[in-house]
Amino acid sequence: MLLAELDYARPGSIEEAVKLLAARADARALAGGQSLVNVMKTRVATPELVVDLNGIESLRGIASDGEALEIGAMTTYNAIVDSPEVASARPILAEVARTIADVQVRNRGTIGGNVCSNDPTNHFPPLLAALEAELTIQGAAGERTVRTDEFFEGVYMTAVQPGEVLTKVRIPAKGDARDGWASVTLGRDGTGIVNVAATVKGGTARIAIGCVAATPVVVTASADETAVKDAVRAAELDPPADVHASAEYRRHLAEVLAARAVREAE
Amino acid sequence: MSDHTISIAVNGDRYERAVEARKLLVHFIRDDLDLTGTHVGCDTGNCGACTVLLNGVAVKSCMLLAPQADGAEVTTVEGLAPDGELSPLQQAFSEHHALQCGYCTPGMLISATYLLSHTPQPSEEEIRRAIQGNICRCTGYVNIVKAVQAVSGQD
Repeated sequence: MLLAELDYARPGSIEEAVKLLAARADARALAGGQSLVNVMKTRVATPELVVDLNGIESLRGIASDGEALEIGAMTTYNAIVDSPEVASARPILAEVARTIADVQVRNRGTIGGNVCSNDPTNHFPPLLAALEAELTIQGAAGERTVRTDEFFEGVYMTAVQPGEVLTKVRIPAKGDARDGWASVTLGRDGTGIVNVAATVKGGTARIAIGCVAATPVVVTASADETAVKDAVRAAELDPPADVHASAEYRRHLAEVLAARAVREAE
Repeated sequence: MSDHTISIAVNGDRYERAVEARKLLVHFIRDDLDLTGTHVGCDTGNCGACTVLLNGVAVKSCMLLAPQADGAEVTTVEGLAPDGELSPLQQAFSEHHALQCGYCTPGMLISATYLLSHTPQPSEEEIRRAIQGNICRCTGYVNIVKAVQAVSGQD
């Protein structure tokens, strides 16, 4: 496919990337490219400057300090799948990353790209919401760290403003929590019809539901099946309907999958 | 708009070319280098016909801009048989009827090569997961799995 004409830059540092992104209103950061390049093919997005973040080594990597994991925004899904730090501090991240699309996509796609594109069917928005992650954004004015409820603003919209980049995601270590994930997808490892992440701590479940609204819907409930289903019902979800599922079916799935994610949390 | 002079080693040969920034890697490989073994199938990152190894890692070459591969090493299906002799994997595909129309085959071979590079004795489940990003409409995958099992000494 022939894309619209564009300029391309591959900065070597976050500071340089921020400068490039701030200098032009039509600039767009390119992470793994597994969504953006497709969107550019259809010309739904036609950035005149693509700022490729793949040359910035400091945006890659996973560190653990015992209390939390810090994952660089340009860390690929497969790096998360294979990470011993993730396996010991918060294995659900690898379990979910393993179910994203296919090997080739997981070799390129990044956690930062996943959350910054904020497609409602993406895996990491509800997962990070359930795990109470914090996200660090850097711009010309410096850096700030936000919670997921501030980060996810709408369909394809996040707190990352023009001229800014997401640099890292901080996820608390598991401790005595139990984590679960349940989804119904279009084919194995396909796009979610409904995705649910749950983390259970001290008898209370924090549940984040994806694919049912512009941003993950978070509910908390006592960690038993009836209470979880009641809490999801009380959230009065108004999910979209499409060729794959009616709104009513998505509401039904949200309840069932929330109960399943809590039941299977480990 | 910007032109970039890029230097990419494909199948061991280094090529230096000026490309438009908007050119996808798959078109660089096919149109600029005339290596037409790498196929364009869906052009949406789903079918995997355009799969190549980028620095040893399987990626879909329709999902990268050519300048993103500047400085990289790329292996295409042509690189699997540099002297015109089929690789053991290709031979196994032939013997086990792992292709019919052949459109998906270059991508299948690259994905299977990548799998075997890090998992020399894959289970059937591992083989099936490794080719999940490669769509074949002829074989039903059964004989592709058999070929990969055979070449890894598991038939």
